[in-house]
Amino acid sequence: MANIISDETIEYVGILAKLELSDDEKEKAKSDMGRMLDYIDMLNQLDTSSVEPMSHIFPVNNVFREDVVVNGDDRENILANAPEEKDGTFVVPKTVD
Amino acid sequence: MKLMSLTATELGKKIQSGEVKVVDAVNEALAQIEAKDDTINSFVTVNKEGALKKAEEVQKLIDEGKLTGPLAGVPVAIKDNMCTTGILTTCSSKILGNFVPTFTATAVERLEAAGAIIIGKTNMDEFAMGSTTETSAYGITRNPWNTNHVPGGSSGGSCTAVAAEECSFALGSDTGGSIRQPSSFCGVTGIKPTYGTVSRYGLIAYGSSLDQIGPVAKDVTDVATILEVIAAHDPKDSTSVKREEYDFTSALVDDVKGLKIGIPKGYFGEGLDAEVKDSILAAVEVLKSKGAIVEEFDLSLIEYAIPAYYVIASAEASSNLERFDGVKYGYRTAEYNGLHNMYKKTRSEGFGEEVKRRIMLGSFVLSSGYYDAYYLKALRTKALIKKAFDEAFAKYDVIIGPAAPTTAPEIGKSLADPIKMYLGDIYTISVNLAGLPGISVPCGTDSKGLPIGMQIIGDCFSEKTLIRAAYAYEQARGGYKHCPAAE
Amino acid sequence: MKDYEVVIGLEVHVELATKTKIFCSCSTEFGGAPNTHTCPVCTGMPGSLPVLNKQVVEYATAVGLATNCTITQNCKFDRKNYFYPDNPQNYQISQLYLPICRDGYVEIETEEGTKKVRIHEIHMEEDAGKLVHDDWTDCSLVDFNRSGVPLIEIVSEPDMRSADEVIAYLEKLRLIIQYLGASDCKLNEGSMRADVNLSVREKGSSEFGTRTETKNLNSFKAIARAIENETNSQIDLLESGEEVVQETRRWDDTKEYSYAMRSKEDAQDYRYFPDPDLVPINISDEWLEKIRSAQPEFRDEKRARYVEEYKIPQYDADIITLYKPLADLFEDAVKEGSSPKEASNWLMGETMRIVKDKNIEPDQVKLEGSAFSAFLKLIQDGVINKTVAKEVFEAIFDGGVDPVAYVEEHGLKMDNDTDGLKKIIEEIIEKNPKAVADYQAGNKKAAGAIVGQTMKATQGKANPQMINQIISELLD
Repeated sequence: MANIISDETIEYVGILAKLELSDDEKEKAKSDMGRMLDYIDMLNQLDTSSVEPMSHIFPVNNVFREDVVVNGDDRENILANAPEEKDGTFVVPKTVD
Repeated sequence: MKLMSLTATELGKKIQSGEVKVVDAVNEALAQIEAKDDTINSFVTVNKEGALKKAEEVQKLIDEGKLTGPLAGVPVAIKDNMCTTGILTTCSSKILGNFVPTFTATAVERLEAAGAIIIGKTNMDEFAMGSTTETSAYGITRNPWNTNHVPGGSSGGSCTAVAAEECSFALGSDTGGSIRQPSSFCGVTGIKPTYGTVSRYGLIAYGSSLDQIGPVAKDVTDVATILEVIAAHDPKDSTSVKREEYDFTSALVDDVKGLKIGIPKGYFGEGLDAEVKDSILAAVEVLKSKGAIVEEFDLSLIEYAIPAYYVIASAEASSNLERFDGVKYGYRTAEYNGLHNMYKKTRSEGFGEEVKRRIMLGSFVLSSGYYDAYYLKALRTKALIKKAFDEAFAKYDVIIGPAAPTTAPEIGKSLADPIKMYLGDIYTISVNLAGLPGISVPCGTDSKGLPIGMQIIGDCFSEKTLIRAAYAYEQARGGYKHCPAAE
Repeated sequence: MKDYEVVIGLEVHVELATKTKIFCSCSTEFGGAPNTHTCPVCTGMPGSLPVLNKQVVEYATAVGLATNCTITQNCKFDRKNYFYPDNPQNYQISQLYLPICRDGYVEIETEEGTKKVRIHEIHMEEDAGKLVHDDWTDCSLVDFNRSGVPLIEIVSEPDMRSADEVIAYLEKLRLIIQYLGASDCKLNEGSMRADVNLSVREKGSSEFGTRTETKNLNSFKAIARAIENETNSQIDLLESGEEVVQETRRWDDTKEYSYAMRSKEDAQDYRYFPDPDLVPINISDEWLEKIRSAQPEFRDEKRARYVEEYKIPQYDADIITLYKPLADLFEDAVKEGSSPKEASNWLMGETMRIVKDKNIEPDQVKLEGSAFSAFLKLIQDGVINKTVAKEVFEAIFDGGVDPVAYVEEHGLKMDNDTDGLKKIIEEIIEKNPKAVADYQAGNKKAAGAIVGQTMKATQGKANPQMINQIISELLD
């Protein structure tokens, strides 16, 4: 296997992705990711040096909205699914120490 | 009369003529769900009360002559990744286990405006990540043709609901084959339109640059009729395309004389099941006998589509799924110690294994130092794949191949080896990368009695050509072959 | 101690003055109960999609042109991924790879003369929601009313060398953006916010030291204090042989102290990639030209023109043009026929006095141009006199009051009844023989006492010119 994924990498990606893996899951993630990257490395066989990266299939641009207020107060709906709500706000664990 | 064994347009006609009442159609769908769904598990949510209430409203409008469309009063099943106001929408994930949207996806809204009745929300691979509908948090869905086999995925529940005749038609979504492959496995017809044809507003994103909503139904007439209703430019979706016309049903013509069909040699080589191969080549012969011109050719870069796809789709998914954090909606872990612990526990408990695998991969390929090597490389490969299709469509009107290398695999055989599972997407994935339309049409069964689908791929915006080819084939093949289990 | 030099670069966030948010049709209006200006898009609901507000592109381009930037005619949005509860999608839509404006500069005045501060780039992005910390429950409360309000971030090169230069640069940006109408640029209300990147090095060195970034600076005073503190603490570190750590610090305005914002959960790896939900922006030559030709007259041109065309003193022109609302008042009045000097006097005198009394900034003046013009006309036409005028001006200053109606309602018109006035003056002359004698002996100033008493007797409504005329008739 060409791609060896270290514990540090899995730890780091877990921080980025906000995922907490058990030790077993970590081992599995290391091997899965290594295998996937080995497979993806197949792309290196292609010479893409003169190719522009293609984000959008169609050359569509300038899709705009006019600056006109359309939306009214929709708070009841916006908060309808909140796990925890207080005085019209979403409640989260304290963000500063 | 078995109303759910009719096609959607047949039922629509009977409702318009007054021969059938909407409520009877809805009740029959509900009864069929009652009878079949314990085994099949097509549905995450059955919208019983809502559908019956809607049936009355729609019947009134039909009686008043205000709803005259072909889908008025026809029961539809919606894949559970499309937002529906007031109806639970889970993406088959624990993390959205209690999410009731307060707005409706544009495509669904258009169906409702046309009088279609939402009968329920269908099971899928969690967040549409999978090819078997085994990654759902709400149980696996079984293939009605043989319940030991998977229905395919990720729109597995939509395809089984149609095959088991629990609804008249369904909507699915297709990011890497998720309409075409399960349609093929379940013996139904499904179309993935050109990217931008059906609005993505309200579709809970997996890979935003690849996702498209499309219809699943019993025949080509149905999918063309449904597509005509759901396709439209939507100012709420910046990637929605303004097409010159949306008249797809006019392409329901039994004529393929002079149609140039390209058969990519690479699609019929190693890895393709012999029975699937024979069945599709026999279908191609049918078209040839009707006057189509068939030619083999080399479609380059097929093998590079899968790695490019998994980089792009995982990267986009890792970002799209960041919003599921236990703050605004959905699941929040019961106990936590501070903000970041809440995030991590919520997401780790709320997402399933396959979703986590793709989020990890996607986060990695976008992370500092790897963006160029993986993400940009994949986008460059995508450009090359698009170019290869452009060259092919300079010569051919359509390309025909399988929708999957085999018929539906047995339950429990796929998930253990992710890469092998991903390889199963080889015939469908490049179509999404290049934004092309593709349709899967039933073309036989294998020796085990499992359905086989033929995939017809067209150039961007050439749905009408696909529909014409599929319709002409269907005319020769004969009408819809009912799944025995739907009886 | 060695001789040190401080090197400062700024990241300035400016909230654009659009009516709606950058990616949805929600109002950007300030205030409002929590989450009342929200929708599925700006709260990150599953399935929602962004659609770009065209006005944001126009404002950003206008600011770029006014700051001598090159406009990126093909630009696009990227996602900046990081988890924080004020960021509903847990990614911010911003621009990394192709920001809309690049390579500009503005000129500032320093003690050593004019200096260029280069602008590295300007990019468009969405603002975050607001977090309020609930100390009782150990929770934070999230309000998404500000989420999705359009921002531009103006990133300077590290070209500033003192707090004074930083403030001059910010003032310059504020003036340009206010003149464009692209933002009201109020530091105290958060519509203009500055992050300070600061490092120190030995004077003469060509290499930069390690920099720190200080955030949450919401007044010129805070900026000056933070620069002073950060400079001193970095010099202390270097003098004691320690190293400056590259970090982000948050300024606490009440404690006048900054603290490090570091956490192991904060990897600072934003995984930017082009947002697949938004299509690229193409600013055509025609569009660019249209924006360019709509650029207003900026302060420097205005200032020169006021002196040249309206002959007001340079000092007056300096002050009036320093605040767009004052310049607007001045031009409205002159356009309506007021004497430029008279208009300028009221802006320089009474306006500044009231601003000081009310403890507000001159750009917070709400007086309408129409009211100011009508007010000056009342003076010019002799309808009210100077004494009454001050009262009327205070009454109309906060806006919403029509000076003509006000004068009418309060009976403040000047009394032009000559016979009546003559009678009053005759009585006053009789009672003041000494003043009359002085006046007739050649001391014309002695008439002042008679004028004063006449004004008192008429409750200030008499026409002073008329009084002088009658005195002259009776005594000369």
